[in-house]
Parts: sequence; C-alpha cells; structure tokens
Amino acid sequence: MSRLSSTDTPTEEEAAPEVDTARNELVARFTAHLGEGLLESHVDPGVDVWLRVSRESWLEAAEFAKSGLGFGYFSFLSGIDWMPSPFGRDMDSSIDVALGNDERSEIDQTIQHGVAGGTGRFQVFARLNDVVNGLGITLKVDLGDDLTVDSWVAVYPGANWHEREAAEMYGFSFTGHPGLRPLYLPSEFEGHPLRKDYPLLARQMKPWPGIVDVEKMPGDDDEGDDS
Amino acid sequence: MTAISDREQLSYIAAQAADARVNVELETEGMTLNIGPQHPATHGTLRIVAKLDGEQVVAVDPVMGYMHRGYEKLAEVRTYPQVTTLVNRIDWVGSFANEVPFILAAERLMDVEAPPRAQWIRTILFEMSRIANITLFLGDMGLQVGAVTPAFFAFRDREHVLNLIEAATGGRFHPNFDRIGGLKDDLPAGWITETKRVMKKMRQYCDEIETLVEGNEIFQTRTRGIGVIPADIGLSYGLSGANIRGSGVDWDVRRDNPCGLVHNETDWKVWTHPDGDSFARFWVRLQETRESTRIIDQLLDNIPSGPIMAKVPRIIKVPAGEAYVETENPLGVMGYYVISKGDLTPYRVKIRSASFNNISITPWLLKGVYVPDIITILGSLYFILGDIDR
Repeated sequence: MSRLSSTDTPTEEEAAPEVDTARNELVARFTAHLGEGLLESHVDPGVDVWLRVSRESWLEAAEFAKSGLGFGYFSFLSGIDWMPSPFGRDMDSSIDVALGNDERSEIDQTIQHGVAGGTGRFQVFARLNDVVNGLGITLKVDLGDDLTVDSWVAVYPGANWHEREAAEMYGFSFTGHPGLRPLYLPSEFEGHPLRKDYPLLARQMKPWPGIVDVEKMPGDDDEGDDS
Repeated sequence: MTAISDREQLSYIAAQAADARVNVELETEGMTLNIGPQHPATHGTLRIVAKLDGEQVVAVDPVMGYMHRGYEKLAEVRTYPQVTTLVNRIDWVGSFANEVPFILAAERLMDVEAPPRAQWIRTILFEMSRIANITLFLGDMGLQVGAVTPAFFAFRDREHVLNLIEAATGGRFHPNFDRIGGLKDDLPAGWITETKRVMKKMRQYCDEIETLVEGNEIFQTRTRGIGVIPADIGLSYGLSGANIRGSGVDWDVRRDNPCGLVHNETDWKVWTHPDGDSFARFWVRLQETRESTRIIDQLLDNIPSGPIMAKVPRIIKVPAGEAYVETENPLGVMGYYVISKGDLTPYRVKIRSASFNNISITPWLLKGVYVPDIITILGSLYFILGDIDR
C-alpha cells in the first residue's frame, strides 16, 4: 500500500494525451464488476474520470473501489442540487449592467445535469484516490424522491462527518449511518442551506450592484496609466 | 426518639456506602470533560467533549460549527475573481495556498494556462505560505508539551517570511494575489536576494528547533508511541499531508499529480516516517519546511522572465463543466470541486479542506489515551479551525 521511497515517481501523467489507458481500464473494471449498476461514465483523458452508479450499487461501488481497485483513500463526499435557483441567478444582471445592456436574461428553469449525466434533482458525489498510482475518481449517484442512499461509513469511516454535513445541508438520509446528527448547524436550525431554493438572505436584502469596478490587470494594454 | 434513630440509621448507611465506594478503588465514576471551545491547542474554536474514566478517555465527540461561515453557499453568488477573497480565510495561516487550487480549477474549465513566470512565482509563494504555516506548528508543538521558548522563536522567524509575502502581495495574511490566468503583479525589486537571505535564516530556524525540541527528552517521551495512526486507517479517514506521510505513506500531490505548479522542475524529496505517532508527524513537518526552503531557492535560481498574465477576458465567464483540482497545502490536500454552468458565478463549489478530514479521525484516535496526551495528539495533527468549519 505504501511506497517508502520517493525515487519511483509514477509515470501515468506522461502517458496522458488522447487515450488514457489507466482511466479507461478503470471504467472497464467497474463495468465488469457492477454491470447494470454503472449507469454512465466519462473520461477526460489525462485529467479525470467520472462514474455514475445506480442507487443500489452505491455501497458496492465503494467496496469494489477500496478492495478491488486500491482506492483506499477517501477524499470527500457531498451533494449537488441541480435545480436552478427559483430566486434567479442574480449575478446574471451584472453582465447586462457591465455591458450596458438592460435586458435581463431569462432564467432557464430546466434541470441540466453535469458530467456523467443524471436524473432527478439531487445527486451525491464522492471522490476517492489511489495513492500508489496517483489516480483520482469521482463517483456520483442519483437520489430518488426519498433522498436516501446507503452510507459509506462501513467501508470508509472518514465518510461519517461528510455524510452528516451532506445530511444537514441538503436533507439527505444515509441508510446505515451510526448517528446522523447535525455537524455544523445548531439542532433547532430549520431548512437545508445548500439547497438552491434556500434563500441567501444577505443577497436578497441588498442586491449585488453589478460589476461596477473591474480590476485592471497587468496584461491589460488598452489603458496604460498606473494611477 | 424514633426520628433520631432513623437519622442515625441513615448516616450509617451513607458511611457504609462511602466506604464501599472507596474500597472499590479502580472503579471511579465517569466524568465528562469539556475541552474548548477556547483552548490554545485548538487553534480557533473547536470543542471536544471527552468522556473520561479516571485519566483515560473513553469516548470523544468533537463539536464544530463555532466558525462555520458557509463559504460553499457564498461562493455561489460571487464571481470567480471574488471567490479568492473568501477562500483566503479558510486556512488563515497559509492563505495564499488556499487560492491556488480554486484558480487552477477555474483555469482548467476555461482552458487557460498561466505563463511560466506566473507559475514559478505561484509555486514560490505557495511554498512560502507552507513555511509560514508550519513554522508556527513547529514552535507550537513545543508549547503543547510545556516548552514555551520554541513558540517565541516561531513567531520571531515567521515574521521574516510574512514580510516577504507582504512585499510581494501587499497582504500579510490575506494576499488575494492569484488571478485566473496569472498573478496580480510581478515581484518587487530586490525581492529575490532578500528571499534567499531569509531562506537561509529559516534553515537555521529548523536547526534550532531540531536541537531545542526534537532532541529534547521530555518531548520524545511525550510524543513517541503516542497517537499512532496505522497507514490503512489514516487513508480510510482521508488524512493527508504530514499526517499521512508520518504513517509511512509516500504520497504527495505536489509530486504525484502536479497541476499548474512547478515543484517537479526542482530536485526535491518527499519525506516520510514509518512510525505514525505524534513524533513522526512533527519530524515530517520539520523536514518538509527545510525542503520547502530548498525548493524556493532552486526556483529563484531559474525563474523565467516574461509576462505574468495570460490573455483572459475582462469579465470572466467560465464555460460549463466540472473540474476538481487538489494541491498539497500546508495542512494537507486541499481541493475545489467547481461546477460551472457558464455563468459569472460558479454553480456549486465543494471545498475539500484538509483539516476536516484530518480531525475526523479523533473519535477513533483519542479512544483510550490519557488526558494530557489529548493535547499533544491534537497539536500533532495540526489543524486550523477555519479549515475545518469553512
């Protein structure tokens, strides 16, 4: 598991461009093990790999990644709310202000998922590392209407606090978690702050003025004064 | 009459009960000890509720959230250049290092690469914030075992590094200097010569700490074999930085997954220690500080000339996509998972901070240790509260 000498640096970065054999093989092994459980995958050659698994395979994916593929390192786990904010993306107006255009762009309320796709509003995603080969992997899972998914604590004990955080911030529930108490928020706190429909009061009370002051960059050559 | 005898009876029973309690020598009642929220070993406001049996810890429950500022939510309503102001305040002792992974993630989404000179200066400042951060730890670790002098040494010598950071960036603690596509400014005149002088001084500081703390017998007894983390447990909790390298895991993002930083242009070494105890974590950090001064020296020698800013639009809109970039920050691996929908603001930013994972091992690690060791173990894990609570 551990290399005690730093002389043997991994060479997978050099083999990066176009076809990423290491990451493609990773996806192939996941497909072979999970079968139907692996819903979608995406490889960004030389950079990263994403896998979306079904809810039933979420725990199995973690077990396989840890014992079968050497992803012993648990990096983080969190959630995503894909529903565009009903309050509008108030920063959009800033483009118009800055470009001298008063028309506000229409807020698109359709849910568009990110890399490796998805269904429904909420996703849980987690990141694992293989410290021997220097590879990282992002796993995603769609949550159904009950916002429940298996807990990873039995496989990665480090997931404990991350799941508590996701639970209070998004209102998720993790089956098999030893104690889903709030981590940061006081116990009487209402609502789930990281959901897109949870208003950020500071922004609502005092709307953003738009880009009124664009910082001059060293590369800007249109105005040469240093005042 | 009967009343008196009743009272006598009661006092007799009470005395018997007291005797019985004393006689069962080792069985003491459990006690709950609150450590913090204000305690020097917690670097901020972490509260640890420890259930004790005599001097031994039965269970601990860290309570966070005293400093939760909700940066992940705030980042959703700020433009990309504005986010660096927030993330500066995550690990406030090594601020510049916090900005780097976020900017790198935004650059990856925009497909922009900083010019070589900017990458070099970034790496130099990145390592400098490591020195500023870990210098404090090295002195503070002495403080945890009762040696006050190293702490003064630490604050004295950290000042030299902070002055350099201030000279280059304008901010001692919150530089806010990194920009998408490069840096705010070039280095000031005379900075390179001065930095070389200071690096020599920092190496002397490391030697001082080595003789003053590391070789000290009391320090050795208080840290050797205390708080041992086996490598596989550390990995499954997601420990990083010197905490995992102190357990013999040879993994350093700077070497194994360099993205945007140029550490591998220099000749340097990743230090590990096989023991996994408090002493090993201290030792690894001490070696790393020295190594950082060497990295900076080498980078200063072959710093390329040229622009420090790539061509980026004045109003930055980041194309839709997802990117996760992690770097080896002073406290451990720090990463930003940035989801963009093509707006001025990020759609979602997940901040993976090192201390959050590093401290999540405490319920496991502190079970069964003695009360004074809680302090040294917490000290050796080295966390900054802003980095836990974000």
